[in-house]
Amino acid sequence: MTDITETHVTSPAPSRSTKRIRWSQVFDHTILCTGAFFMLFPVLLVLMTTSFEDADIVRNGLQFGFEGQMLENFDAAMFEAAGFSKAITGTRMLMNSLILGFGFAIGKIVISMMAAYAIVYFRLRFATFAFWIIFTTLLLPLEVRILPSYEAIQSLGLANTYSGLIIPLIASATGTFFFRQFFRSIPEELVEAARIDGAGPIKFFIDILVPLSRTMIAAIFIIMFVYGWNQYLWPTLITTDEGMFTLVRGIKQIVQVLSQTGAMIPEYGKALALSLIAMIPPVLIVIFFQSWFVKGLTESDK
Amino acid sequence: MKRAGFTTVWLPIALLLPQLMIIAIFFYWPAAWAVQSSFYLQDPFGFGSTFVGVENYTDLMTNTEYGKVARFTLIYTALVTFFSLSIALLLAVKADKVIKGAKSYRTLLMWVYAIAPPVAGFLGLMFFDQRNGPMTEMFQTLGWDFRLGADYNSTATAMVIVAVWKQIPVNFIFFLSGLQSIPKSVREAALIDNRSASGRFWDVTFPLLAPTAFFLLIINITYALFDTFGIIDTLVRSEPGNNPVTLVYKVFVDGFRGNDLGGSSAQSVILMVLVLLLTVFQFRLIERRIHYT
Repeated sequence: MTDITETHVTSPAPSRSTKRIRWSQVFDHTILCTGAFFMLFPVLLVLMTTSFEDADIVRNGLQFGFEGQMLENFDAAMFEAAGFSKAITGTRMLMNSLILGFGFAIGKIVISMMAAYAIVYFRLRFATFAFWIIFTTLLLPLEVRILPSYEAIQSLGLANTYSGLIIPLIASATGTFFFRQFFRSIPEELVEAARIDGAGPIKFFIDILVPLSRTMIAAIFIIMFVYGWNQYLWPTLITTDEGMFTLVRGIKQIVQVLSQTGAMIPEYGKALALSLIAMIPPVLIVIFFQSWFVKGLTESDK
Repeated sequence: MKRAGFTTVWLPIALLLPQLMIIAIFFYWPAAWAVQSSFYLQDPFGFGSTFVGVENYTDLMTNTEYGKVARFTLIYTALVTFFSLSIALLLAVKADKVIKGAKSYRTLLMWVYAIAPPVAGFLGLMFFDQRNGPMTEMFQTLGWDFRLGADYNSTATAMVIVAVWKQIPVNFIFFLSGLQSIPKSVREAALIDNRSASGRFWDVTFPLLAPTAFFLLIINITYALFDTFGIIDTLVRSEPGNNPVTLVYKVFVDGFRGNDLGGSSAQSVILMVLVLLLTVFQFRLIERRIHYT
């Protein structure tokens, strides 16, 4: 029955099918737009709210619309001294966050590239053993061994220092594992040719391997920068001196200050502006270096 | 190791040394310390400790509070994993299908990856605010007396929603790249064999995505267990009280606030074993994954 109708009605069939395709496309776009809306709207609403006065925000919560307070709020967030010691500004926190992000990403890449190079390119009796020692660290996130790590930093006198902030975070094998995989995929002929040409191990590493790994380094750098920038628990424990706070660490302070019931109007506008400043640099990096970032993320976890 | 590797001895050792030193000081020593102190009962004022064997562990097993936290962690992890995976899969399938605007959708759906968990938690605090949060108002019009920080289920709901929101981008990126790596020939063959789109998805696309999905399952469980610390800490305003918290949060609270070093260490060790099992499981899967690609 259906066969007959289909063969008979040949001419209107294409138009019907194109129409059906269009409807399914509308459906697809609706789902995607809804998804994009739910991702974007919360942040957009916070951005709009920063243009309102504190009293408004206290009374009505998040606001839809635009007022004239945005510049003042961002200005206060960046330059007004805050905290119990009045020693910390948004600029200072931004600087600390940048130091943590760059320090962590660069440190991690340098150390793990060196280790991966040693494991892959040298005839070393304990190479496999070293690999497994490093590899085991993948098993335990910092959160699990947080208390003893804190004790270790304390006893080394590294609390409230950048080294104390950065180095313990480097103690995991993600980077080493990734570079090991990548080095192994590089053809063997390359190192043979280099040796025939008389290049030593250091020259080979700096002149051939590092340039060859450029895109991989970029991809890993982006992921590590975002990871370092977004650290919360470790900076919370290790930095008690407000001058050392990062933006993300500062969120804890903001929440505590806003939760206090005092006589003064809580500075919501400034707090929301700070939370936006805390997300802008990593978000921009992820958006602008999207293809590297996606490559690094999906390849490194293989 | 490469067959044609260098034979120098001192250089690889020098290259490995920084990594090994950092790992020894900040990984092996703390991990060993945690295992050791889990068998001791520390004096709260720091005057030595006494060996108590497995007492810290048996205490945990019989502790109703710990059982409650473990149960919440289980439910929380299951909900966060399920919702963030299924929503991301839906979005990835659609983003893979559309021709116009595919790139813009990708950007719009993945950028939240870069937001720090506590910052997401802070946004959550505003959206679920007891007095004037938009989400609170929505729940109240639906007839639910939503009270963040005061009511157990309200706080738990807010935690799940914020954690899912924050995790969708990662899953989306992996699903999309998994979908895009399915060869065109396979898709075309499927198109000929199977007319219905949903049939094609479940019979062809989904099995091909299964390795990615399994891998993401582990990633999401780890995320819900550990990386949501910042979300939870902000949503409870660092004052857990009667609010739901996860196992990792309890390690932190007992160790740093309660000064119960032995108990906190025992909890750490339990989590270590849990992560160990997850990782072993994950590597079995990765071995399988290589066969697929």
